[in-house]
Amino acid sequence: MKHHLLSAADLDRTEAELVLSTAEELRSLADRPIKKLPALRGRTVVNLFFEDSTRTRISFEAAAKRLSADVINFSAKGSSLSKGESLKDTALTLEAMGADAVVIRHWASGAPHLLANSGWVRSSVVNAGDGTHEHPTQALLDAFTLWRHLGSLDGRRVAIVGDVLHSRVARSNAILLRTLGAEVTLIAPPTLLPVGVGGWGVETSYDIDAVLPKADAVMMLRVQRERMSREGGGFFPSAREYSRRYGLDSRRMGLLQDHTVVMHPGPMIRGMEITADVADSDRSVIVEQVTNGVAVRMAVLYLLLSGNESGGAE
Amino acid sequence: MPADAAPLRDSVPASPEGRTVLDARDISRALTRISHEILERNKGADDLLLLGIPTRGVPLARRIAERIASAEGYDVPVGSLDVTMYRDDLRMRPARTLLPTEIPEDGLDGKVVVLVDDVLFSGRTIRAALDAMNDVGRPQSVRLAVLVDRGHRELPIRADFVGKNLPTSLGEKVRVRLAEFDDVDAVTIEGTP
Repeated sequence: MKHHLLSAADLDRTEAELVLSTAEELRSLADRPIKKLPALRGRTVVNLFFEDSTRTRISFEAAAKRLSADVINFSAKGSSLSKGESLKDTALTLEAMGADAVVIRHWASGAPHLLANSGWVRSSVVNAGDGTHEHPTQALLDAFTLWRHLGSLDGRRVAIVGDVLHSRVARSNAILLRTLGAEVTLIAPPTLLPVGVGGWGVETSYDIDAVLPKADAVMMLRVQRERMSREGGGFFPSAREYSRRYGLDSRRMGLLQDHTVVMHPGPMIRGMEITADVADSDRSVIVEQVTNGVAVRMAVLYLLLSGNESGGAE
Repeated sequence: MPADAAPLRDSVPASPEGRTVLDARDISRALTRISHEILERNKGADDLLLLGIPTRGVPLARRIAERIASAEGYDVPVGSLDVTMYRDDLRMRPARTLLPTEIPEDGLDGKVVVLVDDVLFSGRTIRAALDAMNDVGRPQSVRLAVLVDRGHRELPIRADFVGKNLPTSLGEKVRVRLAEFDDVDAVTIEGTP
């Protein structure tokens, strides 16, 4: 694996499958009396969060701690970051503290790339979500969840529904799922599909009811109101209309094949993109996604941090 | 060379795979002897648990369990213990692929655990295994069975049950092949003494 994980496109198929198989072995750790491995003992992982995110930060923190790394949480609120410190000065501080890995969440697309390639830090950089760009570990945990339920993803059809325009999860998933051989269909109102989606190598549709019967998995996305300028942002007429045309309710769940799973990266807005009865149904693997997130992030940290490339091949 | 041709040990020619030191029947006899030694030492199969170290320790553990079952009529639980995360050279080498750890349902607490590996060399794998076991449970005692002991220990570790003591030089490479993975049972030595 490379030194950084900035984009789902950094992983070729072999590397992606290595992350998944490593995560599979690490997942069993959750069933053991001592949920800890010594692999990263003495290493320091910094969680650098410029944007609020409870679940991703907790997930990375749990992953690093289970590998015995020391974890430093650095969030924008109540720190020097809120006093106007630049990314460069923050990075130099982290470098001076001897961070081995920096997990960065930033509101600006491309911030992890800048941190990794500027020469400010020598540590590995893991993108934990940057703006509307990418969220590769979320894509890995989604792929891992699908892989556990469906086996090989070759030829599997995955429908990603909702606010694709603002979703880094959708972009990373589209890249990674294709790498792993799945066919991805993005379903959204025309206003919520990004310009240039034709180059992603995925299908697009405006009609959820036409796609659901063929899907092996349905991934619902949250409507990211905070990234829209006004209420609804003019992207759709009203929340009720959005919900009626693109929400997953029990009627639409009835269209799915028996083995099809329903996913959501969270946080979900019940009643908006997904109804409560669907979110709590047997098909929903939303809670499992959280468990898998820790295993996948452990796998990523382990593969990035243990050893170095110059150490010679096995 | 056909597998059933009983070779004279001194006349075995050097093949591209190296010099064969144990063939399928030698391995089988060694495992049978180890199985009986384990039973003798433990005074039966009670509380026994065999834990193979992946990759090749696991099929060896299964084979020993089969022999114990046919001798005592008692199915000894078999598991596997991956020690990758506990190695002392993790920082020096590229990330290794993790291998399965499967602990039998009843756990290790109070059991007589026999660790099974193919080759005992520096002893570092066994040290890692002891550490790994520490995080899984507390056995009553731990013993070590290996198919080949090639010497050159770097830690104060020894095996309780040894298939074959094989004096080697550091320049040589001992290779264990098992039918489960390699289609053939053989132990070979490559390289210059």
